[in-house]
Amino acid sequence: MGNFTRRDFVKAAAAASALPILGRPAFAADPLKVAFIFLGPVGDYGWTWAHNKGRLELEKALGDKVKTTYVENVKEDASAVPILRDLARQGNKLIFATSFGYMDQVLEVAKEFPDVKFEHCTGFKRAPNVTTYNSRFHEGRAVTGTIAGHMSKSGVIGYLGSFKIPEVVMGVNAFTLAAQAVNPKIQTKLVMIDSWFDPAKETAATQTLANLGCDVIATHTDSPAPLQFCQQKGIYGFGQGADMSKFAPKAHLTAIEDIWGPHYIARAKAMLDGSWKSEDFWEGIKEGDVKISPYNPIVPKNVQEAADKIIDGYMKGTYDVFKGPIFDQSGAEKVPAGKAMSLGELATIDWYVKGVQSA
Amino acid sequence: MTLTFLIDALITVIGITTPILLAASGVLVVEKSGVINLGVEGMMLVGAITGFAVGFEFSDPWIGVGAAAVAGAATSMIFAVLVLSLGTNQVATGLALTIFGIGLSSLIGTNYTGFAALPFDPPFPDYLAQDPIGRVIFGHSAFVYFALILVFAIGWFLSHTRAGLVLRAVGENDFSAHSIGYPVIAIRYAAIAFGGAIAGIAGANFSMVITPLWAEQMTAGRGWIALALVVFSGWRAGRLLAGAYFFGVLMTLELYAKASGYAIMPSQFWAAMPYIIAVAVLAFISARDGRSGKEPACLGKPFLPNG
Repeated sequence: MGNFTRRDFVKAAAAASALPILGRPAFAADPLKVAFIFLGPVGDYGWTWAHNKGRLELEKALGDKVKTTYVENVKEDASAVPILRDLARQGNKLIFATSFGYMDQVLEVAKEFPDVKFEHCTGFKRAPNVTTYNSRFHEGRAVTGTIAGHMSKSGVIGYLGSFKIPEVVMGVNAFTLAAQAVNPKIQTKLVMIDSWFDPAKETAATQTLANLGCDVIATHTDSPAPLQFCQQKGIYGFGQGADMSKFAPKAHLTAIEDIWGPHYIARAKAMLDGSWKSEDFWEGIKEGDVKISPYNPIVPKNVQEAADKIIDGYMKGTYDVFKGPIFDQSGAEKVPAGKAMSLGELATIDWYVKGVQSA
Repeated sequence: MTLTFLIDALITVIGITTPILLAASGVLVVEKSGVINLGVEGMMLVGAITGFAVGFEFSDPWIGVGAAAVAGAATSMIFAVLVLSLGTNQVATGLALTIFGIGLSSLIGTNYTGFAALPFDPPFPDYLAQDPIGRVIFGHSAFVYFALILVFAIGWFLSHTRAGLVLRAVGENDFSAHSIGYPVIAIRYAAIAFGGAIAGIAGANFSMVITPLWAEQMTAGRGWIALALVVFSGWRAGRLLAGAYFFGVLMTLELYAKASGYAIMPSQFWAAMPYIIAVAVLAFISARDGRSGKEPACLGKPFLPNG
């Protein structure tokens, strides 16, 4: 299967485009089999939970036209390859791989199964049968950063991260830049815990940030544990992936909700009507993929209005947190005034903005 | 650096150390009896969900902790029957128990995802824990005090009581213990049940105090660190306590260093450290002569009196 030439691709594409017309009546009775591989357990109440919610919405929306399966706790290493391969062999025609670290494994298996469509979440490598999709979470972080800038009395805010990958770096930068737009003196202390899900370590890291003077702490890991500590300590935090207000009603200012259902429904429909093709989706607040939970009533009116203004700016396309001038940690200008970072630049970003204190 | 700052850091150390210390204390007793049970992580998870669910349903965290201990012990009995009565391989059976515990806890937990538990208040009254000093002495959950009392009690039990000596004899030389009339299998059943109960309580520490909620696999590998720690301690209670706090301090220092903008070592190094040290200790003790600080001689070997 090694050499897939351009001509083969054209032939395959022609065959594929003919399929809907020729084949549909015969296939009508068979449901489209859709599979998901998840990083964490579906009960993590964070990242994987949100993806699974999208899967359930897909089942509900398309009923017996689709049949979904999932595999949870799939590691981001070579062990993902046989799992993806098995799912493809079991007749799944559309496979969603829902974490950054599955990138090369997806491409490897996609090459072996040219008639199976793969969609990789948060990655940047595509193939004729591999689509990438992501949400512009940094837009949500610009909203929470604005709130943090207003709510922080100490001028020091915390960011609890997982790994130094573009998705997290982007979040740290958006959060910090938005907070600095409110209060230019804001400093962000950053701790990466090298895990997406480890409640005990998340708690310890939040305690550490609080003890070092942070009074508003954003989390980019998946459990509500940091929020529960913020509540005990009387400081503030934000929900990650889902509205987590019931875990910490006093500390939870708002949350960035991941909404995947519409994407899964749209892509399954594209498979059913034959219009699926390799694309790159990166949608945000405007398209409804990123949603801001209701504000906690303790957030003052003027702060709520400031946050709404950011949301509104993203809806209308008039606001971008990554508009220059932007400086990196050393003070060097990375983005000149009047220019904004492109989505391509953001997708591979590996430097922090001025005011971020990182190891 | 103020006193409050140091005390807050110490509270983080205590919080991160306690569940590991608890689980490791249970492991120590089991291994002293000559049995290696790698199912700690699984038993912890069963304890975590049981403690959360029962505490939640009865609105009483103490009943939850009790139930977690019972559930941990019950889970360990599956292992005990297989390895003691049926003579299966301990390592393989223990691994299977971990996988079983992960699955069982996820299954039970399906209906409990997304709820917050009632706060589990410290056993001492609030007014004692007002100032920083009071907080570091009286402000912890019951788990912290229980873990400290337990490790001292185990140390005393193993070296100063007749029952403790019998337990060690069973672990060092099961056939001799058997031939002078000690019920080797029954003693090992009891040790495994005790280890299971303590692992269950260690799990409940996660779901009831550290993060008062249930999330699948919330123990995130602490059971394995507990197993490594027992090796590190050379099967001694005093060193176990010191070793657990040593790891707790290292983990906390790593977080403080990062949050202050320093990376002392790549973080993967810190994550691997407990295991690296455990391997180093194993290499060290096997290179050394004499029996002191070595693993119990019958560790992991099946004992079939009639076989």
